[in-house]
Amino acid sequence: MKIIVCVKQVPDTSGKVAVNPDGTLNRASMATITNPDDLNAVEAALTLKEQTGAEVIVISMGPPPAEGMLREVIARGADRAVLVSGREFGGSDTYATSQILAAAINKIGVEKDDIVMCGRQAIDGDTAQVGPQIAEKLGLPQVSYAAEIKKDGDTLTIKRMLEDGYMTIKVKTPCLITCIKELNAPRYMSVGGVFECYSKPYEIFDYNTLKDDPLIDPTTIGLKGSPTNIFKSFTPPQKGVGMMLEGADKATCEKLAGILAAKHLI
Amino acid sequence: MDFHLTKEQEMVRKMYREFAETEVKPLAEELDEEERFPMETVEKMGKLGMMGIYFPKQYGGAGGDVLSYAMCVEELAKVCGTTAVIVSAHTSLCCAPIFEHGTEEQKMKYLPDLLSGKKIGAFGLTEPNAGTDASGQQTTAVLEGDHYVLNGSKCFITNGTVASTFVVFAMTDKSLGNHGISAFIVEKDFPGFSVGKHEKKMGIRGSSTCDLIFEDCIVPKENLLGKEGQGFKIAMMTLDGGRIGIAAQALGLGEGAIDEAIKYTKERVQFKKRLSQFQNTQFQLADMHTRMQAAQYLVYAAAMKKQNHEPYSMDAAMAKLFAAESASDVTRRAVQLFGGYGYTREYPVERMMRDAKITEIYEGTSEVQRMVISSHLGVK
Repeated sequence: MKIIVCVKQVPDTSGKVAVNPDGTLNRASMATITNPDDLNAVEAALTLKEQTGAEVIVISMGPPPAEGMLREVIARGADRAVLVSGREFGGSDTYATSQILAAAINKIGVEKDDIVMCGRQAIDGDTAQVGPQIAEKLGLPQVSYAAEIKKDGDTLTIKRMLEDGYMTIKVKTPCLITCIKELNAPRYMSVGGVFECYSKPYEIFDYNTLKDDPLIDPTTIGLKGSPTNIFKSFTPPQKGVGMMLEGADKATCEKLAGILAAKHLI
Repeated sequence: MDFHLTKEQEMVRKMYREFAETEVKPLAEELDEEERFPMETVEKMGKLGMMGIYFPKQYGGAGGDVLSYAMCVEELAKVCGTTAVIVSAHTSLCCAPIFEHGTEEQKMKYLPDLLSGKKIGAFGLTEPNAGTDASGQQTTAVLEGDHYVLNGSKCFITNGTVASTFVVFAMTDKSLGNHGISAFIVEKDFPGFSVGKHEKKMGIRGSSTCDLIFEDCIVPKENLLGKEGQGFKIAMMTLDGGRIGIAAQALGLGEGAIDEAIKYTKERVQFKKRLSQFQNTQFQLADMHTRMQAAQYLVYAAAMKKQNHEPYSMDAAMAKLFAAESASDVTRRAVQLFGGYGYTREYPVERMMRDAKITEIYEGTSEVQRMVISSHLGVK
């Protein structure tokens, strides 16, 4: 049994967001972190590994320095890592990215009892599209917004957290699951894991590795294969602190109503 | 000398920092206030390999290096001096002597539980009348058949009330002076062993510090650590390593106080200016940072020498002397920058100042470090 976990290196948006003149993110000038939801997917995979002995393979598409992030995921307990990296893949939007990642996952191979896991969405694009698109391209059943996962044989019982409630569904492997932060608390790297992580298997899949997959076509990958065009990125202006009125008496209510009326809100 | 950290060292520091910020910092004030030992943190650290960082995997260690251990104590001390000394005393004073001087049987018996944090270790050398003069040991060990009988008491034992395994020193032959001291591995359940009163301290108040009492305590012969008469040498070698841990604790305390002072002086406004805009603040913080940076180089150099099996006794003494005195100075200055608020327990700098003081005293006072350094210089 294998669990393939997709992770993404993202800018640390707790700091200042840097934008290039063309409106795209200036990733090089920002500190990077592992996308938080992806760490929930990693934790879910490692928990299943403890229960079943599954092999956990972590995969990411990005520039070569993303190796550091993948090694950190190994230090948390993953068995091996694959970095999908090549100039041909640069500038991919979610459509092209899922195309390439699906080809890479095909290369690793998805067998009957395997699971693919993703975070719900990345904090840079916030689209939540890549996971579901990978599932479509691999022809796998998908369960998004997983807040609880239970495995019994080849059946997974997954509690999905939706805006207005929960939905519990059963799915058979192989399948793809997207995970949310309510699913678990990601573990830390361990000291032993850190000192072993650079000796664990690490592969790079470039264009040549994947070019024979039918999903890889110059018109469907990279900037050319991306139907999305970024118009503009910017840091939203910070909101003011607001005004607080204290009191539950009539005078306070009248004051509040007066302020709202002055702003033509009521 | 190469001061660049390896990728693994950079990564493990990041992990310590995340752990310290998330798991340790939120408890620091409470541990100090309530004098509570953070057993739950020790369990978490054990699972992550932080209780056996630089020991080989074959004994249950994490397979890291001495510098990574020093960085762990440093990162913990930035937010909690108590948690830092628990790791330092356990690692340097109990795990290290068993690993370095134990037989294969002793290592296989004691190290796996210690290095995984399932059991906590402690070290018993100091006695009421044998502090800096460690050779004045009054505790005796007499061989009777297949066991030794220990009588006497130890004081100021860090981790004393919570430890399961102790490395203890006792006189096996008083007529030989230093050469009559031997080391033993003592388990808390050995008959005749008990822990005495818990000390109420100025700082590191969450750490356990107590007396150990030996009343006809039966220690199996196979628990002699090293050979009879090697105890003083084992103690001195162990303290050389321990000084790296305490130096790292002092380093972290100083650095943590600087972090707090920078944050505070950028927020606090007096005379319509932020404190950080006053040149006094800028110069103070520049001096404080320079001292701690120098201390860091000394601590890391000592750790790297120990890792490389080079002589490091003088390096460890210099690191501890300078880091401890710098930590006391820097934390005191941090309190001053905070003014009245710094003197209150609302902010952590007064705790850091109290915690820093002990680093000038335990595991060899600053005066002892000067004795060690000058003797290496051949100044007699």
